[in-house]
Amino acid sequence: MLKDQDRIFLNLYGQDDWRLAGARRRGIWDNTKDLLARGREAIIDEVKKSDLRGRGGAGFPTGLKWSFMPKQSDGRPAYLVVNADESEPGTCKDREIMRFDPHILLEGCLVAGFAMGAVATYIYIRGEFYNEAVHLQAAIDEAYDAGLIGKNACDSGFDHDIYLHRGAGAYICGEESALIESLEGKKGMPRLKPPFPAAVGLYGCPTTVNNVESIAVTPTILRRGAGWFAALGRPKNTGTKLFCISGHVNKPCTVEEEMGIPLKELLERHCGGVRGGWDNLLAVIPGGSSVPVIPKSICDDVLMDFDSLRAVQSGLGTAAVIVMDKSTDIVEAISRLSHFYMHESCGQCTPCREGTGWMYRMMQRMVRGEAEVSEIDLLLDVSKQVEGHTICALGDAAAWPIQGLFRHFRPDVERRIRAYRDRQAGVTKAAE
Amino acid sequence: MPKMTIDGIEIEVPAGITVLQACEMAGKEIPRFCYHERLSVAGNCRMCLVEQEKAPKPIASCAMPVAEGMVIKTDSPVVKKARQGVMEFLLINHPLDCPICDQGGECDLQDQAMAYGYHSSRYREEKRAVPDKEFGPIVKTIMTRCIQCTRCIRFATEVAGVEILGATGRGEHMEVTTYVEKTINSELSGNLVDICPVGALTSKPYAFIARPWELRKTQSIDVMDAVGSAIRIDSRGREVLRILPRVNDDVNEEWLADKSRYAVDGLRRQRLDRPYLRVDGKLTPATWPAALEAIANRVTGLPGNRMAAIAGDFADAESMFALKGLMTELGSPNLDCRQDGAALDPNARASWLFNSTIAGIEKGDAILIVGSNPRWEAPVLNARIRKRYLKGGLKIGVIGPKLDLTYPYQHLGQTADVLGQVASGAHAFADVLKNAKSPMLILGQGALRGPEGAAMLGTARKLADTCNLVREDWNGFSVLQTAAARVGGMEIGFVPQPNGRNVAGILEGTAKGEIDFVYLLGADEIDMTRLGKAFVVYQGHHGDAGAHRADVVLPGVAYTEKSGIYMNTEGRAQIAEPAIEPLGEAKEDWAILRALSEKLGHTLPYDTLEQLRRALFKAAPNLQQLGAIVPAKWETFGRTGAVTARAFHLPIANYYMTDPISRASETMARCTDAFVAPMTGTGTHG
Repeated sequence: MLKDQDRIFLNLYGQDDWRLAGARRRGIWDNTKDLLARGREAIIDEVKKSDLRGRGGAGFPTGLKWSFMPKQSDGRPAYLVVNADESEPGTCKDREIMRFDPHILLEGCLVAGFAMGAVATYIYIRGEFYNEAVHLQAAIDEAYDAGLIGKNACDSGFDHDIYLHRGAGAYICGEESALIESLEGKKGMPRLKPPFPAAVGLYGCPTTVNNVESIAVTPTILRRGAGWFAALGRPKNTGTKLFCISGHVNKPCTVEEEMGIPLKELLERHCGGVRGGWDNLLAVIPGGSSVPVIPKSICDDVLMDFDSLRAVQSGLGTAAVIVMDKSTDIVEAISRLSHFYMHESCGQCTPCREGTGWMYRMMQRMVRGEAEVSEIDLLLDVSKQVEGHTICALGDAAAWPIQGLFRHFRPDVERRIRAYRDRQAGVTKAAE
Repeated sequence: MPKMTIDGIEIEVPAGITVLQACEMAGKEIPRFCYHERLSVAGNCRMCLVEQEKAPKPIASCAMPVAEGMVIKTDSPVVKKARQGVMEFLLINHPLDCPICDQGGECDLQDQAMAYGYHSSRYREEKRAVPDKEFGPIVKTIMTRCIQCTRCIRFATEVAGVEILGATGRGEHMEVTTYVEKTINSELSGNLVDICPVGALTSKPYAFIARPWELRKTQSIDVMDAVGSAIRIDSRGREVLRILPRVNDDVNEEWLADKSRYAVDGLRRQRLDRPYLRVDGKLTPATWPAALEAIANRVTGLPGNRMAAIAGDFADAESMFALKGLMTELGSPNLDCRQDGAALDPNARASWLFNSTIAGIEKGDAILIVGSNPRWEAPVLNARIRKRYLKGGLKIGVIGPKLDLTYPYQHLGQTADVLGQVASGAHAFADVLKNAKSPMLILGQGALRGPEGAAMLGTARKLADTCNLVREDWNGFSVLQTAAARVGGMEIGFVPQPNGRNVAGILEGTAKGEIDFVYLLGADEIDMTRLGKAFVVYQGHHGDAGAHRADVVLPGVAYTEKSGIYMNTEGRAQIAEPAIEPLGEAKEDWAILRALSEKLGHTLPYDTLEQLRRALFKAAPNLQQLGAIVPAKWETFGRTGAVTARAFHLPIANYYMTDPISRASETMARCTDAFVAPMTGTGTHG
């Protein structure tokens, strides 16, 4: 279990003041000038050494990502964009940071922005996060007034502006290039890569898009050292992580824990256990709606980090743990997710536009059992036709939950189909 | 030059191209829907996926730049599966109504489904239906067939320069639309039909008319403007059913203006299919011998200076050459092909050519447009200016009416005297031209018409000197013609001979009774009321203004029915080919003149078109260089003299109705109602 002195987010539950005074009390903005004085290279090296992996879902090494930014400007400004469009179903971690600890994010923006030579940070916040946006904007104003950001930020000689932009509620705008398009005032549709944002990003300039949590943890990593961070968790899966646990647990919560904590321990220690006891557990979606579901047999001993979950053909994603006990209609649950992806598909590329609707409609019939057993293979084939063939990862995200369902619960669906057929046969017989 | 391997073939390709282009260079066909080589890359259809070694998933070849050492597979199982998958997705919500779809037989979706798709459908759910849109009289929509490739959106935005189309809705509810219902107000809208890979956008006038395999295809040249776009005439039996563009990168790339494409129904209406004679003030059908006899009776004994001939905008070089020959034989010096009275200098070829060439526009970095609306006078050429503008670094100035040209420009003034200011170097735009690497002046017919035309030409000539328009390997002095016949007419010298009258002089002569005989070779744009009591022969193909005034009507043929040489505004001679037979008793124009010359006792010295052309090429050798341009010698022309502050009258008041063919076209009439009438407003609009 994570020791209290190793916590990064000290006001996750809003018990302390979220404003500047409270933040300062918690050590935020404490001599930030010294952090910057280490220089760009040193900061990026430190973050690289900490093995911090992006907290937005894909788990790409953050330090490496920063190092893609041009060392020398070719005349174009560089930008840091913070992805605060937290829309992955089940996920509610960035929200806690922004409403209760906005300054930790702002300090991260300054440090990260300095490390990549960015002139400004754009924080793209999910439109529905109204109060979070209010807090964040208040914090930005406080930081400007205190000289922490803006011209000569923290008296470091470095100029850095921070702008807050509210999205309009589209899930796809959490995809980095769609987010950039949206920020530019266009329709949120993912861009083709290459070119990657580090070469051609916001307004055609070098840009790095990072998750809120990835940015927010960097000042602490710098203060306490990469060694401290890397010592937490397992190799390549280091540090602390915010887990958001929802669903059939006794006390759903968002909690900061060490990476690699066993799932069972996470649920039992922080959430009061699964409703009706561990044996009442049916399945868990361990990382937000887009990762495949894992059944109880895997949940028994799986560790919550990127590589362990990947080994069981799922993923850590955003560490949004959705717990389902045995009262859950798992087919319907996954079908609901299919609906979500159909609804949120931007419509730009063919496999996702056409495939998500097709998959949802088949899933709907699977829920009722109104299908042929052979159609399960058709559905899986369609999901394979979507996966890996789209411009962005939404296609994959739509395919994986369905693939996960049939990997572990195929017999249930087959039973359901047979039951439906028997019922129909009974009806016909009775009619005769 | 990166080296790469495509399906085991090692190939060296130019840097900066895409994998799709590299695959084509290696001789591999890559299916595609959204990719179009003249539009920006969208990468959304996913049909062009190929396998790249070491890449975790298939890549969209249309968007991926080539790199050294790339290993690409275009025929692996992964690629095959990916294509089948995409094809299946495209078809699940496609209505599959090919039997009633006008795109059938020339549909990319149909063809590629045959080549790359599954043989049957696995889709059991309900299909999507999308409401159709009203895009105006030219583009018909059946939006359920749309596969959301966004080619039309990109064409409208990038090439046509009208930001009207876009996509609304997300996911499977994405629809291509005009946001608020609007017509596609562009002179290039017909190209939307061509670039649509499916039957979502089809040609409204051509709806349910024919199947592509029933059509005979004739490669020809467009004459509806002076651009000389390459076209393909599709005909069935004795009817021209549609006209499509061909690729000619030097002229029209692969676009075609709406009038060139859709005035085609005008070829079936108001046609002159037999000779007519005016009897008791009324045109009555006559036989050929009677008609020729009537002309002979009038002409015999008439002195040459009491005769005149005017050539119209559709006249081919051969018939103008024959008419010139006949008039010379008859001793008449009164010839003119400039029926709009533009002051083109017959002695200086550079004064009537678009010297920079159309492709040369892409080299230009400063353009001054004077007295012209290129969007209406030459839509395809205007698209070239826009293409150049989109590349950036182009400064455009306009003298003349303030119009939407699809690109921003600096409006220097409404009146002619502003040109004088630029020419004298007093105007700031003169420096823009001087400092440019390849400066251009686009001089429209609107500037050269009227009494000050010659002075305007002279002022423009002076501007060419002050602003250094003509440099080594560059001649930016570009006259934009509006009539397909004009440059050819100038080339063969269909202009007043010594002591001859020009159009204005001829009309003055007829009004005063000094000219008794006028031969109109398809000339309809002159003021017929000024022909006075003169005996008028009209040779042409449409019952328009000229035929209404004529005393004898000789039925000629339209450009789709004859072989004729036309020289475009650049001075590029091209040959139009007949797609169908002449109508009724109509004859090829040169043959009519040859027959008439015999009747008049001045038999022209050629019996076949080949013999005529041999004589023509001897007299005007530039016409022999088919497809090529002979650059004009740079000399002095135009009259010196100040130009006054008069406003320009642009040659075209309504793009859709400029000539006998388009005036007879029902489609063009509908376009006028839809696009031009709203601009001018009706009585209730004040």
